[in-house]
Amino acid sequence: MFEIQNLHVNISEVDKKIIDGINLKINPGEVHAIMGPNGSGKSTLSYTLSGKDGYQVINGDIKLDDESILELEADERAAKGIFLAFQYPIEIPGVGNLSFMRTALNSQRKYNGNSELNPAEFLKVLKEKANNLNIDMEMLKRPLNVGFSGGEKKRNEILQMALLEPRFCVLDETDSGLDVDAMKQVSNGVNSLRSDNRSFLIITHYQRLLNYIKPDFVHIMAKGKIIKTAGPELAIEVEEHGYTHLLT
Amino acid sequence: MSEIKLEAKEGIDQDTVESVKLLGEKYKYGFSTDIDMDYAPKGLSEEIVKLISEKNSEPIWMLNWRLEAYRRWIKMSEPNWPMLRYKNIDYNEQYYYAKPKSLKKRPKSLSEVEPALLETYAKLGIPLKEQEFLAGVVGSKDGEDRKENNSPKVAVDAVFDSVSVGTTFKEELEKLGIIFCSISEAIRSHPDLVKKYIGTVVPRTDNYFATLNSAVFSDGSFVYIPEGVRCPMELSTYFRINAENTGQFERTLIIADKGSYVSYLEGCTAPMRDTNQLHAAVVELVVLDDANIKYSTVQNWYPGDENGKGGIYNFVTKRADCRGKNSKVMWTQIETGSAVTWKYPSCILRGENSQGEFYSVAIANNYQQADTGTKMIHLGKGTRSRIVSKGISAGKAQNTYRGLVNIHPKASNSRNFTQCDSLLIGNKCGAHTVPYIENKNNSSRTEHEATTSKIDDDQLFYCLQRGINEEDAVALIINGFCKDVLQALPMEFALEAQKLVAISLEGSVG
Repeated sequence: MFEIQNLHVNISEVDKKIIDGINLKINPGEVHAIMGPNGSGKSTLSYTLSGKDGYQVINGDIKLDDESILELEADERAAKGIFLAFQYPIEIPGVGNLSFMRTALNSQRKYNGNSELNPAEFLKVLKEKANNLNIDMEMLKRPLNVGFSGGEKKRNEILQMALLEPRFCVLDETDSGLDVDAMKQVSNGVNSLRSDNRSFLIITHYQRLLNYIKPDFVHIMAKGKIIKTAGPELAIEVEEHGYTHLLT
Repeated sequence: MSEIKLEAKEGIDQDTVESVKLLGEKYKYGFSTDIDMDYAPKGLSEEIVKLISEKNSEPIWMLNWRLEAYRRWIKMSEPNWPMLRYKNIDYNEQYYYAKPKSLKKRPKSLSEVEPALLETYAKLGIPLKEQEFLAGVVGSKDGEDRKENNSPKVAVDAVFDSVSVGTTFKEELEKLGIIFCSISEAIRSHPDLVKKYIGTVVPRTDNYFATLNSAVFSDGSFVYIPEGVRCPMELSTYFRINAENTGQFERTLIIADKGSYVSYLEGCTAPMRDTNQLHAAVVELVVLDDANIKYSTVQNWYPGDENGKGGIYNFVTKRADCRGKNSKVMWTQIETGSAVTWKYPSCILRGENSQGEFYSVAIANNYQQADTGTKMIHLGKGTRSRIVSKGISAGKAQNTYRGLVNIHPKASNSRNFTQCDSLLIGNKCGAHTVPYIENKNNSSRTEHEATTSKIDDDQLFYCLQRGINEEDAVALIINGFCKDVLQALPMEFALEAQKLVAISLEGSVG
């Protein structure tokens, strides 16, 4: 179970409070969506949960299975099963996609006391995951995200998600920059990874992604707070009437 | 097919990360070996030059050659144009000749060899069979064991302080007519070859440090590959400075006759000392028609401590003369060591359609300073050159790329491509790029691309978020940055180089 308790977050650089008391409980197998206008603190939330430097928790707690993760570094949180699908996946020139993924998987395995996979074992695992997601192995031989199209970058995120088998996934505006076909592909990928012991937090501006990935709960976030929570119908309401009437 | 290849490369990457963890220390070659040394008196004079020549039992022409260099050197002054700051070198406070005493008489078996010397080779990772040979044991045959297992064959010549202590695989090479020995031995046993080529690529008058080397070089390696022969193994030299206050002045001369090929590796280490040690080497490559020389260096001289104390002053002149048509030279260097590096491996592209390539990774951390680059002198028609330089600066280091591309009026249809990338880690270091491009032929073309970047927080966070710890993440990103160059190295060296790159930058981020 993933739990956010009375979370207050400052961005160190500007010393400005961005998140102003959020409470959220996500049970295994659940899919939650957070919607909200620009500047409501959605991306700050995703960086805070995954442990990026510069996001200072001034109050409250984040817990995974009743244990606080606040003291853990980003790589330790990842190894514990927290995965962030980036809005803008980062390019790292000269670093092979495959090599990156194997380093990541083995780092996590090592952290969790499992044996590391040799290249052959790794390739076997990766091939299977890539096949399930209809991802061409050719993409894996290129440098990490370098020269990838928007769709390829996002599919590469989903592949990493499939490979690392996290327990809690945050998808930060995964729909941004995708055409309808690419969005369908990515959504199918996410749906195939839904399971009873994996939960999702989907951050998005628009309802359209939620047509493909059906959430159990929808939260509206504004000015660093969750102002309304309901079922999937709330997303449709936002789509029809915008955020304004909810904010007043 | 391509998949198998991919797996092999994958293997290297992982090994790097593991090795970095295992090694966990910054400079593992920093041991010194306590060996009885035979020194020449401190300081430099005609007498010292004569003594070095005599110790090497040189013919008179060699002595005269040295003396002429010495007489010229005393009238020269140190160059002051590089972007380097270091304390004045007192050339009279150096020893110019040091030799382990045990080499005076050849030992009869390994048990008679000074154990400390053997220990040094073991620490350098030289296999036992070769250690025996390198220690100069009479009658030892090198390399026989190696044939049975499939490990790649590398013939090694080791230079310990001033003296070459032995060369391996000599017999096997001799069958092909390849000469691979110390230069002092070559002067004695192949005087015609040495006389014909020495100083023809780097003249004695070339520059302050090359002239000094010409006067006092004590040993080094000599290679001759006969016409049409492809050298079946990597030839390698290990240089090690051990004795305190000793300058090392080695001289390497490689001649690739028509249609031949050789790949040559050079590795360097030195113990940690508080005082700076001087190293001024000269390397000359002669490449005749259709011949090809690949010269790779992993330079890991002691860089000094975190506060900039100690370290090697490395002033090296390396030059290749592509005399023949279609001749080719490829310089690859991984420069991670030395307190001060002054080095510009160059190509004179004299022969028609000759080719020069320069791939370099230069890393400067803490208080290290590097002023390095290359010179591509296009004299012949249709000559081509390619420069790929990756400079990495961390700590308070200064890293300068200095390169010259010169296309002579007669070098029609020539091409140069230069790519010069700098990576900065932290905000107290500097990267400088000083390209000189002189194209005097209308049909010839030069291209220059340059970038400067930092390891950015977003790249690091992306790696961390996938579970990779910070140290591994930095190693991964740096190796990615250097990939074009690391790939140009022979396989055995690529591994070592990857580790070195990671180790030398350890602790520089965060």
